[in-house]
Amino acid sequence: MTLLIEYTLLYASVLILVALGGCFSEHSGVINLGLEGIMVIGALGGALTMSTIAQSFPGASALVIVLSVILISMLFGVVYSSLLAVACINFKGDQTIVGTAINILGTAAATVIVKAINTAANPNNVSSVVKYIQPKKAFLFHVGDFELNWFMVVTLIALAFAYITLYKTKFGLRMMACGEHPQAADSVGINVYKMRWAGVLISGALGGLGGIVYITAGVSEWKFEYGVAGFGFLALAVMIFGQWKPQRIALAALLFGLFRALSNVYTGFDFMVALNLPSGVYNMMPYIISLIVLALTSKKSRAPKAEGIPYDKGQR
Amino acid sequence: MNLKMRTLLKNNAFQAILSSLLCILGGLIIGFIVLLFINPGGAWEGITDLIKNFMNYDNSKVAIKYFGSTLVKTAPLLMCSLSILFCYKVGLFNIGAAGQYGLGAGIALYAALAWGMPWWICMILGTLAGGILGLLSGVLKAYCNVNEVISGIMLNWISLYGVNILLTGVKESTSPYTISVSGANKSAIIPTLGLDKLFNNNQYVTLAVPLAIIIAVAIWVLLEKTKLGYELKATGNNKNAAKYCGMAEKRNIILTLIIGGALAGLGAAMFYLTGYEQWNCSASSVPTMGFNGISAAFLGGLNPIGSIFSSFFIQHITMGGAYLDKTMYCAQISDLISAIIIYLCGFVLFLRYMMNIRIARKEEKEALAAKSISDDAENNKEGGEA
Repeated sequence: MTLLIEYTLLYASVLILVALGGCFSEHSGVINLGLEGIMVIGALGGALTMSTIAQSFPGASALVIVLSVILISMLFGVVYSSLLAVACINFKGDQTIVGTAINILGTAAATVIVKAINTAANPNNVSSVVKYIQPKKAFLFHVGDFELNWFMVVTLIALAFAYITLYKTKFGLRMMACGEHPQAADSVGINVYKMRWAGVLISGALGGLGGIVYITAGVSEWKFEYGVAGFGFLALAVMIFGQWKPQRIALAALLFGLFRALSNVYTGFDFMVALNLPSGVYNMMPYIISLIVLALTSKKSRAPKAEGIPYDKGQR
Repeated sequence: MNLKMRTLLKNNAFQAILSSLLCILGGLIIGFIVLLFINPGGAWEGITDLIKNFMNYDNSKVAIKYFGSTLVKTAPLLMCSLSILFCYKVGLFNIGAAGQYGLGAGIALYAALAWGMPWWICMILGTLAGGILGLLSGVLKAYCNVNEVISGIMLNWISLYGVNILLTGVKESTSPYTISVSGANKSAIIPTLGLDKLFNNNQYVTLAVPLAIIIAVAIWVLLEKTKLGYELKATGNNKNAAKYCGMAEKRNIILTLIIGGALAGLGAAMFYLTGYEQWNCSASSVPTMGFNGISAAFLGGLNPIGSIFSSFFIQHITMGGAYLDKTMYCAQISDLISAIIIYLCGFVLFLRYMMNIRIARKEEKEALAAKSISDDAENNKEGGEA
């Protein structure tokens, strides 16, 4: 049971971080379908940082490891998301095509990079696996019997940050105006392009962070050919279910996280083992639930009005 | 820039081909730079091996056999790209093609291996399976306002795990792969109609290859020459206007995704019923064919005829990746190149827009210049009279 709660909290953290990323980007007016790819690249940054620390600085303190992994994952996410921002904001590309390209490119690039590093280290090693058994332990701490993860704390901070930024600061309110009616925002002197860039880059930082949390959940190595198994899109479903509001996104993420966690730990429950279902059924669960939830809630969706439409200053 | 050149640049088809070629060039250049970074010594050889694919064999008989294999895998890719471009013309982004392809493969293989059906029934069942998955996305989109991209991705994963469970019943006991179709049920192999002889007895070159091309032409006719195609495209351009003109916009959305799904499902049947490859029942990623279809569709300028060529090209470099020197590079470089090509396709509209604006500006300038010359001449004439 404790294991189920731990995993639920971990997967909910991933979903909250990435869905908040989507939330920032969509509130500024850009649909970020590339979150999946951004997660992969963020995860790559974090995983490489961990394996480098394990090899070159084995004595590094836990604090250094935690901070450097978090910062580098976010940095990778930000840099990678700028590819989306350039194409969608400045060159008015189709946001769906560019987002899809970002996803495919993320997995392909991560695989190529990891394989190149592995092969350079050992010519016989052609796998796309990065290992981080030792440094991963720096992220864990215990409260009573519970094994918690610093990422959960970071997620709470991100949640508070998102709520305050979006609703209590000039910057957040202006950004949301750009997602609702960019022409009106421009008419009162807000630079729509800048705001959209800010939205996409923040989503890159949060998406990259979500990526490293995802690949460290439960495993100590990651095969980058797998990408992140549609988690970026699950996060978008969480965001829609959460009606683009941080506090509701957190609740939605807990629900989805629970179903994802079940597929990891169902063998620990006697009655589920007794059902004798193939493991594939549990793997399918989060996706089935999200489809049902979306079907029930999308009708009255409160999406930002101008999302997905490139802003053209000269258009009336 | 002379006049002939300019009329050529204004031509839509020419613009589309030019921008696709630029995307390919860009993708290859960036791929080359990546190879240089990984290992500068073998980069040039690497990129040429990748582009040559089957032409790496000096023996023309072997080369033509592998040319056949590239065609065998081009057929399903073409079907996936047709699925995506057909839906895109109606304003829908069918990213679910990968799942429709997977389910089509699952049902076709199950019918062949568990029920011992002949190939054409397996093919029809695979097509139907893809169509039903498309129907699901369509209903969710039309009646529940669920974005087809998100429902498509969810259905991709659901169908992947579903097919894994289904085909575990007909897999080999010692490996995660399904039992071979040609061994278990000869009647489920698509007939070759003698095409295998053309490719040095490559038994996998079947009826599927010409059939895929015929379907591409049929999709072009459907989109450009029929009332239904016109209605579907109108719905894609403006849903509300189409509704106002009395077109059933909900029906059109659903119908489009059914056709899109059926195309992807048929593509899977065309491939797995040749026996070229078996399904891996412990696969943990969605078939890449559906995603490569996106590259092929956009690279082909969203034209069914164009996508015949772009599908071949994408498949050509994907298989070319296998000829890279394994001690230096990995085959995924090809995926990287096709991903960069899709990314660059995102800029195509902007590129064409800029091209048109430059031409229009130049023409305007020339018209003004011509006018001022004639004005001057007139002024001179008036001056002379005064």
